[in-house]
Formats: sequence, C-alpha cells, structure tokens
Amino acid sequence: MTETPVIEARNLDLTFETNDGPIHALKGVDLTINKGDFVSFIGPSGCGKTTFLRVVAALEHPTGGEITVNGMSPDEARRQRAYGYVFQAAGLYPWRTIGGNIKLPLEIMGYSKEKQKEQVDRVLELVDLAGFAKKFPWQLSGGMQQRASIARALAFDAEILLMDEPFGALDEIVRDHLNEQLLELWGRTQKTIGFVTHSIPEAVYLSTKIVVMSPRPGRITDVIESPLPKERPLDIRDTPEFLEVAHRVREGLRAGHAYD
Amino acid sequence: MNKILPILTVVAAIFVLWYAAAIGMNKKWALDQAGRAGIELSTNDLIADTWSQDRPVLPVPHQVAQELWKTTGAMVLKGRAMSKRSLIFHGWITLSATLLGFVIGTGAGILLAVGIVHNRAMDMSVMPWAIASQTIPILAIAPMIIVVLNSVGIQGLLPKAFISAYLSFFPVVVGMVKGLRSPDGMQLDLLRTYSASGNETFWKLRLPSSMPYLFTSLKIGMAAALVGAIVGELPTGAIRGLGARMLTGSYYGQTIQIWSALFAAAILAASLVGIIGMIERRMLKRMGVKP
Repeated sequence: MTETPVIEARNLDLTFETNDGPIHALKGVDLTINKGDFVSFIGPSGCGKTTFLRVVAALEHPTGGEITVNGMSPDEARRQRAYGYVFQAAGLYPWRTIGGNIKLPLEIMGYSKEKQKEQVDRVLELVDLAGFAKKFPWQLSGGMQQRASIARALAFDAEILLMDEPFGALDEIVRDHLNEQLLELWGRTQKTIGFVTHSIPEAVYLSTKIVVMSPRPGRITDVIESPLPKERPLDIRDTPEFLEVAHRVREGLRAGHAYD
Repeated sequence: MNKILPILTVVAAIFVLWYAAAIGMNKKWALDQAGRAGIELSTNDLIADTWSQDRPVLPVPHQVAQELWKTTGAMVLKGRAMSKRSLIFHGWITLSATLLGFVIGTGAGILLAVGIVHNRAMDMSVMPWAIASQTIPILAIAPMIIVVLNSVGIQGLLPKAFISAYLSFFPVVVGMVKGLRSPDGMQLDLLRTYSASGNETFWKLRLPSSMPYLFTSLKIGMAAALVGAIVGELPTGAIRGLGARMLTGSYYGQTIQIWSALFAAAILAASLVGIIGMIERRMLKRMGVKP
C-alpha cells in the first residue's frame, strides 16, 4: 500500500480556558495517519485522545500548531464529507426507524430519495443488519444499535471513520464480536479509521498503529506500528507477538503516569 | 377491572361524606322552616328534607345530577339544546373562548420558546417577564383586559380568549424551552459533523425531541385556558358562559345551578385534557416510542 498521509498534525496545542485556570488538553502533538491505517488512541482519562479526534472532526479548534485532513483544514474537510463520526453511545433517534436514522445524514446532505434507500440497504448489509431498516431502535440490542450507528457514519461514503470509544458501553462478549466485525468491515472498505479506546487488548487487536497518550498536558508518549498481520482471528490475542505489543503499550501507559 | 375498583371505592367514600355533610349544612334551614310551621320533624323527614331543598347550602349529588340532566340531555330531547337555559349552550360559549385562547396561548408559547432557545437576548429577557406575568392574580387583570380591549373596539369572544391565552401560554413556554433543549451535547455534535444548519437541527432534532414535553404542557395549558375563560366571564357581567352561569347562580342563591355549572366545567376540562392525551398517544406511537 502506498503511504498517503490523510491526517497530519504538527505541534498541535489545545488549551481550554476554565474558571480553574487553563487546561492543556493537547500539547505539542505530532502525528501522521496514512490512508488505510487503523489507528487506536489509548491512554487514561484526560489524556486528550477524544479531544484529538474532535479536533480532526472540527468539533474543537486547536489553539496552536497545524492540522490538515486530506490536505484541508478540518472545517473544509467536514464540508467535503471527509469523515463519519461514531460516538460512545449509539445516539439513534428513537422516533426514527433504523433506516430513517441512517437516512438522517443523507437528508441533510441532499441525497435523492432513491439514492438514500440504496445507501441504507448497502450499509445495513455492511454491518450485518440487513432487514432491520424498518425496526425502531428500542427493538434492537445495544450491540446492534451501535452497529446501526456505524452504518449511519458509513452512509455517505466518507473515507475516514472516527470512532470515540464506540464499544465502551458494551459487555466483553458483544465487544469481541463487534471488534471482529469492525476488522472485517475495515478490510472490505479500505477506510482510514481513528479509534479511541480504554482497552489495551482492543487497541492491539484492531490497530495497525497504536498511539499511546498521557494526561496533564495531553500528549503522545509512544507510537507503535503493529507487526501483526492484517488477517486477525480472535485467537491471535494469545500469540507472543500480540502479547509483546500489548506489553509495550502497557509500558508506554506506565511511563506517562510517572509524571504525576 | 383492577383499576375500576379503587376508583369506585374512592367515589363511594366521597358520596357518603357528601351526603353526610349535606345533612349538617342544610339542617338549619329545614329546622327553621319546620319551627315556623310548628311541625316536629322526625329524623328521617329531616334527612329527606336536607337532601331535597330548592336552595340548599350544599346540594347533594343526585340534585346536581338531575339539574345537569335537565339542562343538557333533557334540553336536547326537547330540541332546545341551544336555548339560554341549556348548559350545552353556556358550555359552548366557554368552550369556544377556551379553544381560541388555547390556540393563541400555545402558538405564542411555542414561538416564545423557540426564540428563547435560539436567541441569547430573548433567553435573558423573556423568561423573567413570563414568570412575573403569572404572579399577577388573573382576577385582578381580567377586567382590565376586557375594558382595554373594549375601548379599542374588541368585544365578544376575543377578550375572554386573551385571558385564556394569558394563562395557557406559560406552561407551554416552560415545557417547550425544556423540550427544545433536551437533546444532549452528543446529539448536537452528531449534527455538526454533518454540517447541519440551525434550521435542520431544529426540525430534525430539537422539535421531535420536545414532543413529550409539549404534550405535558398542552394538558396543563388546556386546563388553564378553561379557567381563564371562566374567570373572564365572572367580573364582566357576562350573561352567557359557564362563568356567567355560576355568577347568576350565586346572585339568586341557586346553589344547585352553581354546582351543576362547576361540574359541567370539570367534565369539559377532563374531556379536553383526555382528548389531548389521546392525540399524544397516537402521535408518540406514530413516532415509534416504545409502547
């Protein structure tokens, strides 16, 4: 695969002014994410991993440094529909069916009715929810709802998928299953994925690149290129290579904590 | 069935208390009458008398029910449903003012809420006034509204409707502001990632999210609108409407008439709130809310 940078951050700073003084959510962050990468951000609360994702999505604006998405500013990239965003909670509208929820971005972006329907069927197929278009969210389990919200983020064919602890609220078994499905989806669609997580096994299992972060100020302490192959059955998690990467992530997290 | 039994028990208890209270309250008149006529009343006669006086201090349920029937169903059977002695006629007068006031109040309430949610200046300025408006006794301001509107040539239904609207807009403002603000940060962020406009955010997220809040407010607003319409009839010498009916009843000591008008108002309010509840259930069901 050719290494085309999709997201590039140079010396990125973000300081929130609060009543208790400034909070350095991000400080001096340098990072390049290439096309087709699966990048996980891992670190304790307050390390800025979610903030970094929100900066990429233009939901927050940096107070220093530079960031480009597809060579554009994050705001421009958003207008070009560069990314789909998956939040921690599925956040489906209870008054819309699953199909209606997936149509939401398509309606706003002005897709035609036929195209909307076509896209809904296609992405529901992708997340293994074909036939659920007419169901309401409460009729689906938590895991299925989160898959529907991934389908919603995929609906408008963005090249980048930003996921902020999408499986954080789900139990271990459902999570394993969704991780497998996500890898399969990534393999099929060739998307670039930015994935925030608290879980070391999840980060190692999914990623081609693991970004370890630490708090106060939020910064990157280690970037690990995963040596694991692209094909990953669940039991790869018992191999020495996997454990070695996990160990390095753990070391990185510990090093970050030594500061406070 | 499980729900009916407790309700019936409570109703029965109220009736027992009511009949008992009527004996105590109407006894004096019965004894006075008997004393003047020089008759000794047995206990049974006394009780029978307290439950059947023409102008009792407290009329008993069956008297109120008879009066209600006489002024509604019986009038309809005689084909005089809209005569001046019919409660249907008076009820319709009050109902029309209530409905018009409710529509004005709800419309104004929703518009104010939209303004408050979208405009910071309105957010800071409107709410204190809305709250202040509700602290003024409606009985004090109602005659002034009527007089002022009359002086600019507005008469009839509208002044009463305005008083209804004055009472019913407030719960709608409060409920809708809360409802329109109910979507959380994540929901709003999601729409930002689609570069959705303020308009789209309103129609696709804020308004649907506010529906449960709106219906709760509408129920309160509807009851308030009816109160407003009745109050609007009281201090103005109106001769038509449930409020006027209560007022004339009190002029002439027609307690049964007052009570039947009271019950008519209560039945009207319950039906109106019930209708809103029905629309709510239909609407929320169509919106896919979990049954």
